[in-house]
Amino acid sequence: MTDISAQLLAQVMDARSQKMPLKIIGGNSKAGMLARKVTGTPLNMAAHQGIVSYDPTELVLTVRAGTTLDEIEAVLEEQGQMLPFEPPHLGDGATIGGTLACNLSGPVRPYTGSIRDMALGVLLINGRAQHLRFGGEVIKNVAGYDVTRLQAGALGSLGVLTEVSLKLLPRTQQSMTLTFELPQNEAIKKITALTNSAQAVSGAAWSEGVLYMRLSGTSQGVEATHKLWGGETLASDSSFWSDLREQRLTFFSGDEPLWRFSIKPTAPALLDPNDMLVDWGGAQRWLRGDHELADLEKLAIKASGHVTMFKGGDRQKELRPALSNTHKKIHKRLKQAFDPDNILNPGSLYGWM
Amino acid sequence: MPEDDMIVRNDLVREFSSLLPIDAIIADRETQKPYECDGLSAYCEMPLLVVLPDTIEQVEKIVAICYEKQVPVVARGAGTSLCAGAMPHSQGVLLGLAKFNKILEIDADARTARVQPGVTNLAISEAVRDLSLYYAPDPSSQIACTIGGNVAENSGGVHCLKYGLTVHNILEVKMITAQGEFLTIGSQALDTPGLDLLALMTGSEGLLGIIVEITVKLLPTPENSRVVMAGFENVSQAGDAVRDIIAGGIIPAGLEMMDHLAITATENFAHAGYPTQSHALLLCELDGTSNEVEAYITRIENIFKKQNATTIKVSQNETERALFWKGRKSAFPAIGRLSPDYYCMDGTIPRSKISQVLSKISSLAQRHGLRVANVFHAGDGNLHPLILYDAGVPGELERTEQLGGEILELCVEAGGCITGEHGVGIEKIRQMPAQFSDEEIKQFMNIKDAFDPAGILNPGKGIPTLKQCQEYRALGHDHGHEAHAHD
Ligand SMILES: Cc1cc2nc3c(=O)[nH]c(=O)nc-3n(C[C@H](O)[C@H](O)[C@H](O)COP(=O)(O)OP(=O)(O)OC[C@H]3O[C@@H](n4cnc5c(N)ncnc54)[C@H](O)[C@@H]3O)c2cc1C
Repeated sequence: MTDISAQLLAQVMDARSQKMPLKIIGGNSKAGMLARKVTGTPLNMAAHQGIVSYDPTELVLTVRAGTTLDEIEAVLEEQGQMLPFEPPHLGDGATIGGTLACNLSGPVRPYTGSIRDMALGVLLINGRAQHLRFGGEVIKNVAGYDVTRLQAGALGSLGVLTEVSLKLLPRTQQSMTLTFELPQNEAIKKITALTNSAQAVSGAAWSEGVLYMRLSGTSQGVEATHKLWGGETLASDSSFWSDLREQRLTFFSGDEPLWRFSIKPTAPALLDPNDMLVDWGGAQRWLRGDHELADLEKLAIKASGHVTMFKGGDRQKELRPALSNTHKKIHKRLKQAFDPDNILNPGSLYGWM
Repeated sequence: MPEDDMIVRNDLVREFSSLLPIDAIIADRETQKPYECDGLSAYCEMPLLVVLPDTIEQVEKIVAICYEKQVPVVARGAGTSLCAGAMPHSQGVLLGLAKFNKILEIDADARTARVQPGVTNLAISEAVRDLSLYYAPDPSSQIACTIGGNVAENSGGVHCLKYGLTVHNILEVKMITAQGEFLTIGSQALDTPGLDLLALMTGSEGLLGIIVEITVKLLPTPENSRVVMAGFENVSQAGDAVRDIIAGGIIPAGLEMMDHLAITATENFAHAGYPTQSHALLLCELDGTSNEVEAYITRIENIFKKQNATTIKVSQNETERALFWKGRKSAFPAIGRLSPDYYCMDGTIPRSKISQVLSKISSLAQRHGLRVANVFHAGDGNLHPLILYDAGVPGELERTEQLGGEILELCVEAGGCITGEHGVGIEKIRQMPAQFSDEEIKQFMNIKDAFDPAGILNPGKGIPTLKQCQEYRALGHDHGHEAHAHD
């Protein structure tokens, strides 16, 4: 439980006066993932730890950004609550600030929402070394622009997150996974058909010829859906969903670059189905191997989405699709608006910002 | 109209005539009159010109012309805003989007609909009802308000407790920037590669761009929905029941509360069967599979009994469920009948503070000699105190605004905010410094500049000037903010 915000503020102030870039580091669990390579003086967040406020009856948590997901999850579990977006840790020491900056959410994301959706407020240090608070601890808040959700996926380029407020949910009573042996395209159609009825789905993934449908809810609800849908049940101690979330399935092993497609969920298989893994009910698809971003981008556009080089490969290159000129202009101006001297994680998102 | 304005107006009419049919350009005062205010009629202003385009290209060109001439542009959907956000600018163009009223595409498999901004909120759900789908955010104004206005305000409704606000239920927006450029933000997927501009646009009150198309998410209609209605002897019992429901791990589809004045007014208006002798009413909707709903209802009834509810009724069919909601949804007009005018506030507070804040509101109201009715989204702590007043009585509007301001500051002090869903507009601009420091306000301005360097989009709304902040702080108002933002 330490508050090192004064020290963080001083470091940003220093960096600003010297116009020296900072590389913001949480638990360093995402090194070589998500962002482009950033060079700068390390700004370590891990010591900025602790729960600032947590009242279980409010279903809201406010924590310092360097608090680990492990710690948060343990505290919530004691109260029968959870982070609704099932955050992937992807390594030891993952922090909540880093998770928001990366906009990382697990298999439940299409059904209960992302960390972006659950973010209610942030305290951040902008590139002018000002410590600013946006949003708050209430579910509904439309005063001012939504700077909080703008931080999701900004990879630290707009501010050093020092505190985060999140909406929580009660843990679900029961979960059950049904499996169906199906080729990928059939599985995508089946996901569409099944999720078109209002049953409590909390995950839909396909890997190596098997469709996994996870149900969560009251025991009555889960049992009723199981009866309706049939399928084999996965052993309750199976680690499939956590292995999927943490990228521990064999699909993810090895050093080849990992590509992430974020597309319209109903799009048919993009490439040879055996080369791909489907998560998020079809909206997130993974691919391994050496590819050119431009080639994959064509596939992604056809599927009404985009592709990024999630992990591995040459991270000095652009990892995300090119933006239109109007987009680029607004991105640059927004970066300017928060960080006029370009000292906060420069180039993390795009080389030009 | 000052002569300079007249020259600008005539010049604009000339330019727009080559873009728009003549009946889509309204320059005469009489035809402009219906546009002079939005749902908050205490604030009125006549625009230079009203234009009613019906294609994206027309909007693009209108904005480009206004950008070049530095003429303010105020977008308008249905004009139901309650913060004077859609009030015209005296030297500007009012850009009405009502003609953009088409549902362009429904993708039943992906459960999305691509719609124009002038489509009403309710029309979306109606168009997909046969597919057993619906659009979740349901503001009480849903018959009239437009989806474009909903995005611009990040509107909520009674079902937002479980299903989220507008920001959680839209995927993609097509917009025209302040410089007249076309831009697509968000995507048909669940995220985008760059910055989350969709989050910034949602709730930006027409200050960052003109929304010309929206892709919304649709949800499958639940197998079963039922409402438990309960009356209580006092507000604090009802407040405690709300706390117990959430603490018990139940997220109802809706959880609404009314006080005595609101209960009697709506009952007289809608005949929904509300217990008029009660001092607090809760409406709690549960949805899901039939047996799930049954199980929840039993638990909710037990919580209500534990808090000594005096009456408990459970809706027995769809007609009765609709009737229970009818009272709530018509609450504003019903309460409006009690008094020549009413003023709707919109602060949000932590749920645990509901009864404490309500009793403070009632003593503030007494001090100002005004009546306040309360009807609100209890599940997410979003209060709607309705101040009853008579604009015909000299000084009463001023007292009402004074009371309103004090209520908002009270919300900030309680750890909440000045607006949960209605927006800042002009109305709450004076209270913005209660929630934000000057540096935070300056950061908002920098964001505005990034999108709208010439400052032509809805100027004077949403974000106060630093001078306005200084004036506010000079009145010794700063305590709420100090406690909240810099502790
Ligand atoms: C009786 C009543 C009940 C209400 N209940 C609720 C409720 O339950 N929940 C809730 O959240 N609100 C409620 N409201 C407020 C209001 O209905 C919402 O704010 C609604 O979203 C406004 O939509 P509109 O189409 O009327 O927008 P308008 O009033 O026309 O405009 C609102 C704002 O959005 C901007 N705007 C409109 N269209 C666009 C566009 N296409 N592009 C860019 N900017 C645009 C305008 O400039 C303005 O700032 C209620 C209002 C009334 C009168």
